[in-house]
Amino acid sequence: MKKGETLIKVKNLYKLFGKNKKKALKLLDEGYTKKEILDKTGVTIGVQDANLDIKEGEIFVIMGLSGSGKSTLLRCINRLIEPTKGEVYVDNTDIISMDKKELREFRKEKFGMVFQHFGLFPYRSVMGNVEFGLEIQNVDKERRKELSKNAIQQVGLSGWENKMPASLSGGMKQRVGLARALAVEADYLLMDEPFSALDPLIKRDMQDNLIELQEKIQKTIIFITHDLDEALKVGDRIAIMKDGKIVQTGNHEQILTEAKNDYVKEFVHDVNRSRVYDARDIMTKPDDILYIHEDGPKTALHKMKNYNIDYMFVCDKNKKYLGYVVIEDVKEAIDQKKSVLDDIIKKSRTAKTNENLNNLFSKITNNSYPLPVVDHDNKFKGLITKTNIITNLSRDND
Amino acid sequence: MTLSFISMMPVEKIPLGDWIESFVNFLVNNFSGPFNAFSNLISTLISGFESGLSFLPPIVLILIFAVIAYKRKGWGLSIFVIIGFGLLWNLQLWPELLTTLSSIITSVLVALIIGIPIGIIKAHSKIVHHITRPILDFMQTIPPFVYLIPALMFFGLGTVSGVIATVVFAIAPPIRLTYLGIIQIPDELKEAGEAYGANPWQMLYKVEIPGALPSIMMGINQCIMLALSMVVIAAMIGAGGLGKIVLRSLSVVDIGMGFEAGIGIVIIAIALDRMFGKKDDKDTK
Ligand SMILES: Nc1ncnc2c1ncn2[C@@H]1O[C@H](COP(=O)(O)OP(=O)(O)OP(=O)(O)O)[C@@H](O)[C@H]1O
Ligand SMILES: [Mg+2]
Repeated sequence: MKKGETLIKVKNLYKLFGKNKKKALKLLDEGYTKKEILDKTGVTIGVQDANLDIKEGEIFVIMGLSGSGKSTLLRCINRLIEPTKGEVYVDNTDIISMDKKELREFRKEKFGMVFQHFGLFPYRSVMGNVEFGLEIQNVDKERRKELSKNAIQQVGLSGWENKMPASLSGGMKQRVGLARALAVEADYLLMDEPFSALDPLIKRDMQDNLIELQEKIQKTIIFITHDLDEALKVGDRIAIMKDGKIVQTGNHEQILTEAKNDYVKEFVHDVNRSRVYDARDIMTKPDDILYIHEDGPKTALHKMKNYNIDYMFVCDKNKKYLGYVVIEDVKEAIDQKKSVLDDIIKKSRTAKTNENLNNLFSKITNNSYPLPVVDHDNKFKGLITKTNIITNLSRDND
Repeated sequence: MTLSFISMMPVEKIPLGDWIESFVNFLVNNFSGPFNAFSNLISTLISGFESGLSFLPPIVLILIFAVIAYKRKGWGLSIFVIIGFGLLWNLQLWPELLTTLSSIITSVLVALIIGIPIGIIKAHSKIVHHITRPILDFMQTIPPFVYLIPALMFFGLGTVSGVIATVVFAIAPPIRLTYLGIIQIPDELKEAGEAYGANPWQMLYKVEIPGALPSIMMGINQCIMLALSMVVIAAMIGAGGLGKIVLRSLSVVDIGMGFEAGIGIVIIAIALDRMFGKKDDKDTK
């Protein structure tokens, strides 16, 4: 991890919602809880006494349960929400004292934002959405198209420029949201639960993509989530919030091993430490697999040609892992007019879903084919390639 | 019996009618300048549209309408327009048709030019919202006939008064639906606008108006329909066109004549409703 200088600094930040803020602040000083203050004054505590130092090039995760104040804190950083009290510095500039116009210029230059429900304009195409920030900046048309095309390509949506958001899947919509943020070439990305609305498989893909992308773009990212696994996966450092307060800030190790209070412990409780990076986190889905009870050598050859691969994994009808077949054996079986795969299946080592990276590494080093991942029932879950492991190992050792 | 109960009201009759009359008189006497200017503007608009439309031979105009109808909705509506307007031409109602069309276009145009901005302001200002809400409720519950009297007093007998009464009657939907369209834009979209540094003007024309457009279109459609429903009523204060014929046929009990003009109004209503309704029919094809 690159240890850059602090670029965003939040000091003693408060945000209260409601009328009687003075009294609520006083009660807060006297140690009343969020709920007591709400009952007494009708004021909701959004954020209380938050302090953050966000460093260049890191993905800083803010995590907490629903209502803990994550979104509010994030929006105080670009002043979409006006803080009640406290200081925010971005690039050593005090943004609280800016007037509206200065603030707008600052936002254009510094921030890209990604939203939980994508925040795409339904009446604009993919291209139109990605261009939005540039249009606001009055960038001329040619340059706008160029930057947007670039951003669209970075998120892997080339060819979809003219589609309307309504015709895209959730994952693709969020790619558009991300491309819109990338297109403006801002220094900071603010991401408010960008993957929470996606289903688990797509979510994992998107996390991988983000990590991959970050290697290239090296932005400073503030990423919100309520999911500890996600926080551990994408985050360089993590802050945990509760009732508007930041209860702990630290890297993975610190969060997992030195949980500062019961709240964090509870959060961390069911995360097995070795699961931080285990097989399940880094495995990928195969293009296709073969089922012993229905697929013969001909199907196998057809599929291999289709996906341009020279091996395939074979399962029984309950998706239990049996072994793999290679293309030479399949061709031979066809020549010998065999109709089943049974004779040519090769056994291989397998990895369990919760095996850690070091184990996986030693298992795969002298394998010429990817390592299949199975669960405790021997059900096939995915596969791991050498590149998978190596990219993740290097991340782990940073 | 009942009569004696009514006369038992202990308080003397409040001269409400007199008050209103003197208030209106006050306005008429002191603001005749602006009223006249407005009246002139409206009548210029009407006669402009009317002479513009009658400059073209009926057949050309029908074809133009048919092309617009085709562009908006497809063949069905296009054929309907040709047959419907052809029928009116054949029934020798063409001049009346043009008069009615021009006053509807003028009324709707004025209602939209005033109504949509009010709707936008209403969506941004709580004060304006709270002021306009009861007024709009009031305007929508009052029977349209009631608008005729002040319109008559301010602008005299004639098509201009008819248009003004129509504008007042038809302005509520564009205001309401523009307002609704803007406030129902999801927060995330407004935040996206703000987060990328849009100024209020950019927010308006890049986020709010396009986001509210479906709703605004609905407002325009309803505005047109209300304006059409005023055609006959406006004729009571001297507006010309198809409404006038319907009204005349009522007074002389000429069923045939009333029916012909009535059909004319229905044809315009259907054509305009389809042309300025949602554009979806054709898009889904
Ligand atoms: N505009 C508002 N008016 C009043 N209270 C608000 C407002 N916005 C947020 N709050 C309150 O502030 C607290 C923090 O809300 P916030 O949206 O920041 O939580 P969050 O951690 O982002 O939750 P979630 O995971 O549900 O998005 C909550 O108690 C919420 O009810
Ligand atoms: Mg939130």
